[in-house]
Amino acid sequence: MTPSEPFDPPGEPWVRVSPKLATLRRWISVVSGLIMVAGVTVLAWFVATWLAVLVAVVGLAMVAWGWVVVGRSVRSWGYAERADDLLVTSGVLNRQLVVVPYGRMQFVDVTAGPLDRRFGLATVQLHTAAAATDAQIPGLVPAEAARLRDRLAARGEAGAAGV
Amino acid sequence: MSEDREGFRRLHPLTPILRGWKVFAAAVAIAAQQAYGDVEISWLLIAIAVSIPIGAAYGVLSWWSTHYRIGDDDLRLETGVLFKRSRRVRLDRLQAVDVVRPLVARALGLAEVRLEVAGGSSSEAPLAYLSEASAQQLRAELLARAAGLQHDTPEAPEAVLLEVPLSRLIEATLRSGATIGGLFVLFGVFVIAGIAREWSVLSLAIPIALAAVPVTMSLVGPHFGFTVAESPDGLRVRRGLLETRNQTVPPGRVQAVRIVEPWLWRSQGWCRVEVTVAGYVGTGQEAASVLCPVAPRAEALQLLARVLPGIDIDAVPLTGVPPQARWLDPFAWRQLGVGADNRVLVNRSGRLTRRLDVVLHEKMQSVRLSQGPLQRRLGLATVHLDVTPGPVHANVAHRAAADARALLDAEVDRARLSRASAGPDRWMTPPGGAAAPIVTR
Repeated sequence: MTPSEPFDPPGEPWVRVSPKLATLRRWISVVSGLIMVAGVTVLAWFVATWLAVLVAVVGLAMVAWGWVVVGRSVRSWGYAERADDLLVTSGVLNRQLVVVPYGRMQFVDVTAGPLDRRFGLATVQLHTAAAATDAQIPGLVPAEAARLRDRLAARGEAGAAGV
Repeated sequence: MSEDREGFRRLHPLTPILRGWKVFAAAVAIAAQQAYGDVEISWLLIAIAVSIPIGAAYGVLSWWSTHYRIGDDDLRLETGVLFKRSRRVRLDRLQAVDVVRPLVARALGLAEVRLEVAGGSSSEAPLAYLSEASAQQLRAELLARAAGLQHDTPEAPEAVLLEVPLSRLIEATLRSGATIGGLFVLFGVFVIAGIAREWSVLSLAIPIALAAVPVTMSLVGPHFGFTVAESPDGLRVRRGLLETRNQTVPPGRVQAVRIVEPWLWRSQGWCRVEVTVAGYVGTGQEAASVLCPVAPRAEALQLLARVLPGIDIDAVPLTGVPPQARWLDPFAWRQLGVGADNRVLVNRSGRLTRRLDVVLHEKMQSVRLSQGPLQRRLGLATVHLDVTPGPVHANVAHRAAADARALLDAEVDRARLSRASAGPDRWMTPPGGAAAPIVTR
């Protein structure tokens, strides 16, 4: 069947990433945002009190907006495993949909930084012989990441072709 | 070359001299420069006297410790004086074999053989240097084994497909934006001199005019005597004035093709053909991707018909983009067009310099659909066909969003079908069948 909207899933619905990714990214955005707002507010304080207040209000509004944006951005990630290829979609403002045939995969990476591990998250990244292929799926539960990796590797083996 | 007990061979004994002379020349140049300063000559002489034997000894050791051996399926390359490295290159994954002869090597009758494989940042298995005869023989042997034939199969015969005459090459090089810019500056100098009545200004014109010669030479040089020939081994490209290069690209290694028609060539009906081959990556390899530096379009298409048999690029009907694309690409939107048959996808772009990107479905690595905020507003989207790194980038820009998704889905299907019917890596083996028997020594 043909999807009606360009970024619609291919038949079955998208598998979404863990909402814990939103929590993690919100933490990062709020903490770094607040530190930045505090710094700029103090600087503005030396110029004028009203400027400091203005900076603080605008800054806090931006941090709050970031909260919303992070949620939307995390909800935009999705993937679907089909018989012959993997589809990954992402992006709110700049939307993207990548289709990687299993036979074209050169290797699969699973990475998890210290914060990711704390939140129980991992990222799966697919590599093909083309440098432009940009297929990564963040915010997977480690068990799901490992399962996906093994499954992709097995399917890649089955459908492998030369370059 | 003599072989040792395990069948390993060494490079040519002149290798250390050929590799070392540059270092030596640089040392002498630095010394000469310093000698103008106030450094005492005696110290310099001591430094040179110490460093030359050390460098020479290292060069000889490095040559001594480099061995290679061709097996049925692989090339083994052992290098390193202190840190040993052993590398195995799978011959069925061979993307190209180049025989490179820099000027000094030519004078000594030596050549470098480069095995190009996919991945890596440069040629991963350079064999520098061999005598010319053994370089030719090694190339033939590598290609025969990579094809799945016996190693002593004689070198395949070839038929010349295309030769680029020097006059056309020079004219094409002169028909460039740089030439126009240079003429413009020259004109400016004359105008200023005329207005100011200061004829000494004209002396500025001399270095500009003189610079044109080496610049043109450096652009023409790599493509001098450009010849493309066809053989069962694949395509053979011969080119080069000072440094000559013989490239061999086996069948089925061309990933994608680009036909470029610069504005200033259009009155002559000329175009340039570039190919993406997975082995040709990294700096200094851009020229290796040129399949034809300049030729009339009809000739270039004939050449392409040999490179991609059974594919007629001009027969693929192209469809344009919807008029709202003019907001995003006001200059070239009328030129944008895409079409596909069951073998290739053809994408046209560019207004002044027209480009036709041709991607083989079976060679496509992944497909992407992207949409920026403005594109969403206008109901447009872009489809990207990802191929291995090289000159070809097939970005099918600004299609109507629904068409773009349909193109993406269709491309995925076409790629799957054509991958299933793709030829074998070892091109002389029957498709789908077992490999031809390989006789071992």
